[in-house]
Amino acid sequence: MTVYFLCAVLLTMGLYCLVAKKNIVKKVIGVVIMDYAVNLYLIIVGYKRGGVAPIVERGMSASTLERFVDPLPQALVLTSIVIGLGVLALMVSMCIRLYEKHGTFDMSQISKLRG
Amino acid sequence: MKGLSLIVRTITDFVVAFIVIFGAYIVLYGHLTPGGGFAGGVIIASAFILLMLAHGKEVAFSRLGVRAAHVLDSAGALAFLIIGWLGLAGGYFFLNVFGRGEPFRLLSSGMILPANIAIAFKVGSSLFLVFAALAVFRRRSFRPMIEDDLS
Amino acid sequence: MNVVPLYVAIPLLAAFLIPLLGIWWKKSGEVLSTLSTALLAVMAILSIGAPAVVHHMGGWTAPVGIALVQDGLSTLLLIAINVVGFLCIVFSLKYMAVYTGLPKYYALFMLMVAGMNGVVISGDLFNLFVFLEIASIASYALVAFGVEADELEAGFKYLILGSVASVMILFAVGTVYAVTGTLNMADAAREIAARFGGSDMNPALLLAAAFFLMGFSLKAALVPFHAWLPDAHPSAPAPISAMLSGVVIKSLGVYAIARVFFTVFGFSPDIPSSAILANGILFFSVISIVVGGLLAIGQWDIKRLLAYSSIGQIGYVTLGIGVGASVLASGGTRSLAALAILGGLFHLLNHAAFKSLLFLSSGAIQYATGTRDMKRLGGLGERMPITAATTNLAAFSIAGVPPFSGFWSKLIIIIATIKAGHPAIASVAIGMAFVTLAYYVKLQREVIFGDVGAAVSKAREVPAVMYVPLIILAVVCVGFGLLYPVFGDSILEPARDALLNGAEYIKLVLG
Repeated sequence: MTVYFLCAVLLTMGLYCLVAKKNIVKKVIGVVIMDYAVNLYLIIVGYKRGGVAPIVERGMSASTLERFVDPLPQALVLTSIVIGLGVLALMVSMCIRLYEKHGTFDMSQISKLRG
Repeated sequence: MKGLSLIVRTITDFVVAFIVIFGAYIVLYGHLTPGGGFAGGVIIASAFILLMLAHGKEVAFSRLGVRAAHVLDSAGALAFLIIGWLGLAGGYFFLNVFGRGEPFRLLSSGMILPANIAIAFKVGSSLFLVFAALAVFRRRSFRPMIEDDLS
Repeated sequence: MNVVPLYVAIPLLAAFLIPLLGIWWKKSGEVLSTLSTALLAVMAILSIGAPAVVHHMGGWTAPVGIALVQDGLSTLLLIAINVVGFLCIVFSLKYMAVYTGLPKYYALFMLMVAGMNGVVISGDLFNLFVFLEIASIASYALVAFGVEADELEAGFKYLILGSVASVMILFAVGTVYAVTGTLNMADAAREIAARFGGSDMNPALLLAAAFFLMGFSLKAALVPFHAWLPDAHPSAPAPISAMLSGVVIKSLGVYAIARVFFTVFGFSPDIPSSAILANGILFFSVISIVVGGLLAIGQWDIKRLLAYSSIGQIGYVTLGIGVGASVLASGGTRSLAALAILGGLFHLLNHAAFKSLLFLSSGAIQYATGTRDMKRLGGLGERMPITAATTNLAAFSIAGVPPFSGFWSKLIIIIATIKAGHPAIASVAIGMAFVTLAYYVKLQREVIFGDVGAAVSKAREVPAVMYVPLIILAVVCVGFGLLYPVFGDSILEPARDALLNGAEYIKLVLG
């Protein structure tokens, strides 16, 4: 139970960083922290006390097979990490382009559109 | 973009080949041990990125040009998609048409091995292109970074 | 063997071939994307009236394997996505010729179409998330495509907010997996109905439902999650604005809300929490209608006015679906819920047609006159007759003037709201319909009628490649209004039945 609570704390820290910082690179870091918090949550969902890694090796007995942790969340997390990587690359390149146009990383000077 | 110091350059020259071999091992044994296409592709890309950081982008581009990286990128993605379309011969997408082989051998478990190789090409060249795109930005009118470090 | 995965496989093939061939053949983007979207549009139209199909990927049956499902609701959205996609590609053949890096534009467009098609045919919660991410990332890059300062800032805002939404959706998917033990939507629906059928819902599932609602509402741009839309839609190139406003916010947002809440969670009087969810959807939709309408009146930029109008109209669509949900949750008659959902889905289809038409014509106006500011336009009707006529038709349609299509869909939604016992909401909807008419009359008066403005005097009609999609969409707007009996039974009723009959979906996928 504590572990889930810590995941929520990590998610909230990422959200705080996204909201409270004015530097757009720090906002990007906030989004990345939130992404990793949810990945951590997914892995913990599949954990089993006393479990072993779900890799089948030669000569494994049936009792070891029962002690595997759930491999499905690990596949989900692999996909999610790749997606996070793609979004991070896009965010960083947009930050660099914004710096070229405005000369600053400060969000309050970049945001001219009224929203 | 300049390179780094002499120590880093010397070690890089020794180590790059081993990084590529290690990445290839992670890719090829992806169906037996942890790893697979994505992790191996990232490791192979990191070898080229290390070259770019240590020697500067001209040396890195002479080893793997931007146009070659684009071709490898699209070719890897197309190869993965073709593996999916091959399954249509049996009626379903991604149906396994390769031989299954015996368990725990290198050439086994059907289409996982070709898929891993295709994904390694795609991911490796994509990451290299991301770094190449970030490296070619010119520092024309940049002010010193300290006054941009606002909270 | 059925053709369901081809909706994803064909645009993906085009998206990977275009950059490869674009190194040697400069026109690869235009040719391949036109061919593939034409093929997809034909496939989508030919699948009208066909029974629901399931495709088990790799031969593995559900719930072990991944299933792709095309039922009535998916067919409705596939038609909207692929036909609007084809027309926007045709429009961008000429419009985007001034930009550089065109193979990347077409490749990203194909990825966006592949992602949206994948969202509506996915039978798995995580598959839905992955395709949603593909479409979203492609649209983030497309919004910032012409790298001016405005577009980059709008694209960055959209990117950050969209990533937060994706994080919330992934969290909810993980929670549903933790509670039910499966990711397949039909299997999760069966589990939830079996375990929580008579008693109150698990608090973890309620949390998951709340996160789903937040995440999908951000993708659908419902208030208060709308902050990215008024910047992103005007700054994007016109065909991308048409796609974004016309189909992306519907397939990623409204379809996902409808599918996840009606099929997986289910609304019934046995589950008290479902009433809370239905009221949540109703609340967001009502404030979207109000805020979208009121903020649109004061705009002087054509595309910004259309963007705020999108927020309001998506509010109407979600109002129809929300009223259906709350009727089901409070134990009302199924026919009333069916009427409300029919209204919502009809308005979704209509809005895809006329909002994309309006954005494409604003692109034509910008192409011909070089400005989007309404203060400098005026009297366009004499210089650009085709664009003016189609814009007029679309404006009347969206404002709800009979006998165009928008009138009938809004009428059905409002009648259903009154019969369901929400007279206050219905009066708000009627009032906002008048406000919609007001700002579209403003648009017409400032842009089309009146004295010839400063920027219009040298304008000529746009090339044929650009006005033919406008004419086709205008014909569709008029046709949906006058010819409802022709397509209502074949397209709208199966979609409505697919949402109401959850048991059929479970039987279809799990066999």
